[in-house]
Amino acid sequence: MSQAVLEPDAAASRGMDLLRFATAGSVDDGKSTLIGRLLYDTKTIFEDQLEAVESASASRGDEYTNLALLTDGLRAEREQGITIDVAYRYFATPRRKFIIADTPGHIQYTRNMVTGASTADLALILVDARKGLVEQSRRHAFLTSLLRVPHLVLCVNKMDLVDWDQKVFERIADEFTSFAAKLDAPDLTIIPISALNGDNIASRSENSPWYEGPSLLHHLEHVHIASDRNLVDVRFPVQYVIRPQSTTVTDYRGYAGQVASGILKPGDDVMVLPSGLTSTIAAIETADGPVDEAFPPMSVTVRLNDEIDISRGDMICRPHNAPAAAQDIEAMICWMDETAPLRVGGKYAIKHTTRSARAVVRGLQYRLDVNTLHRDESAGELSLNEIGRVKLRTTVPLLADEYRRNRTTGGFILIDEGTHRTVGAGIIIEAR
Amino acid sequence: MSQTKPYRVSHLDALEAESIFIMREVMAEFERPALLFSGGKDSIVMLRLAEKAFAPARVPFPVMHIDTGHNFAEVLEYRDSRVATLGLNLVVASVQEAIDTGLVRELPDGTRNRIQTPVLLAAQEKYRFDALFGGARRDEEKARAKERMFSFRDEFGQWDPKNQRPELWALYNGRHHPGESIRVFPLSNWTELDVWHYIAKENIPLPSIYYAHDREVVERNGMFYAVNEFIRLRDGETSEVRRVRYRTVGDASQTAAVLSEADTVEKVIDEVAATRITERGATRGDDKVSEAAMEDRKREGYF
Repeated sequence: MSQAVLEPDAAASRGMDLLRFATAGSVDDGKSTLIGRLLYDTKTIFEDQLEAVESASASRGDEYTNLALLTDGLRAEREQGITIDVAYRYFATPRRKFIIADTPGHIQYTRNMVTGASTADLALILVDARKGLVEQSRRHAFLTSLLRVPHLVLCVNKMDLVDWDQKVFERIADEFTSFAAKLDAPDLTIIPISALNGDNIASRSENSPWYEGPSLLHHLEHVHIASDRNLVDVRFPVQYVIRPQSTTVTDYRGYAGQVASGILKPGDDVMVLPSGLTSTIAAIETADGPVDEAFPPMSVTVRLNDEIDISRGDMICRPHNAPAAAQDIEAMICWMDETAPLRVGGKYAIKHTTRSARAVVRGLQYRLDVNTLHRDESAGELSLNEIGRVKLRTTVPLLADEYRRNRTTGGFILIDEGTHRTVGAGIIIEAR
Repeated sequence: MSQTKPYRVSHLDALEAESIFIMREVMAEFERPALLFSGGKDSIVMLRLAEKAFAPARVPFPVMHIDTGHNFAEVLEYRDSRVATLGLNLVVASVQEAIDTGLVRELPDGTRNRIQTPVLLAAQEKYRFDALFGGARRDEEKARAKERMFSFRDEFGQWDPKNQRPELWALYNGRHHPGESIRVFPLSNWTELDVWHYIAKENIPLPSIYYAHDREVVERNGMFYAVNEFIRLRDGETSEVRRVRYRTVGDASQTAAVLSEADTVEKVIDEVAATRITERGATRGDDKVSEAAMEDRKREGYF
């Protein structure tokens, strides 16, 4: 194994920011090996974990330390050689802390990848250089674009097995680029790597003198994410009303929540939905004291100058920039329940920002084949891992934006009212 | 932070904001939440987050200590002083009492980590807590890497890794039937180093055993155990006074110290950043039993 080159610097880490990324690929693409390599090269793997992996590799008869075993968590998975569900991994460099949502590539991929991508700043897709793009690569790219993950990295892995042939890399890169252009594709970076040997992971490899881009880790450390957030549309979903029952603090009424988008400042004119009443911001408070402004993802408490009736599920916004208060919602829905499909006429609980309501499925316009992007307009239901365009009617208005404009106020989940399971994820296309 | 990126937050601020959001979400959607408080650093950080989430109001839920009876005196003192300072409602569920009444049986080796689980579940039922905050982190252990923020438990308190709810965006589903409950892990995305950086940033006092001190210890399997009422020298063993600190605080009969000179939070951070062994691997005899030890205990309803 190559020497580890980077480690979290204790003193510097207070100024680090946070990048969340989702990985996708099948078992054979070397995804687990790549994650193991990132953890190893950033000295995130500890000696006892490495020892456990070495002994597990030896008992399986592997010829090398199988870094993939680092990320295979549960006994059931090790026994069956599969990955259940999304697993989260952490590593840090002096510049950034990283959270990986590691999503498996097997049959459950859509549910898991949608889950992992929903909070990701960046998605990392792997392909095997020998095989080139496969159906799954296109599927992953499509889901990344559907969930509007702002940055996409394609790692062409196992370059050592094609003798670091520049033509192989360029052919795959060209094919992927032209495919991505058809999607509403985000910022794209393509990197030739060998996860097994560590080439172009923590540093540029001598095996690819023709490649002039960054190493994977360098890219992850430097990709610009600050401007990905929506700082224009003020959206503050009220989560909880703080009213101390105490003799020392009287008449205090604060609206607690996490800023979904936009920048709030004391003195700003605001409107509260669904009432439409207006006021001005008296103060923005935190336990550490008042702040001059609040922006995502800060959790703060907002106080207003007027006493108006506000409760959980309401939305603080600006008078001339408000979300729709909509009971008719058109959305792409990814169905996540194995026991029962989504059907027209079905009723579900819906959770959107901090607001809960009930929703009825008014129509299923089409089911989307995520491999071919073909629309099947004759579909009557959505089964597990299927995606379709759906019309919903809700019992009370949702204070919603289009997902393409706002990932927080544009997403919702559907919950089965009997089992209480989370059965669907929705991406709002139109709210009115 | 800088002129070019004025609307940037540090990773610690982002983690804090996420944890506070989760705590408020629980308070808004559950009837009877409680916070599991062991006096360990993770539960101490969680308690600080609860203070910050609801300020200037008091922490609006009780804290529950599952008392193994195998405690470090410093930790109990710390617990009681925090409870007094913050005006908390403390619920203690005693493992010793559960042994005395026959709810659980003392294990042959005398360790009490595993028999905490029925005590926890009985207390949850008695007080009808429908959500319990736990300080577990996903970086601690493989089975925890797949844990949800809102972890659904059936009426037996069991965790079924194949039957967990997908968590998208910041939309947490806390719905449950009577008798079922949710364990909530607001520190899921924190690492050991994040916890220490936060303790430094917030200037949070900790029980003194987290910092280097001289203690009479005995070395077993490369781990250093304090010699005290719970751990006695076996034949052929000798004790010695070493400079040690604790990286985790658990059942005092099973939790080992590490050799350390780190007597301030800054030195601990340097040590944690440079260390090469996970905190559980270094200090918890109970996790070494089998490769799937944590997975099994979680299924039974462990934290």
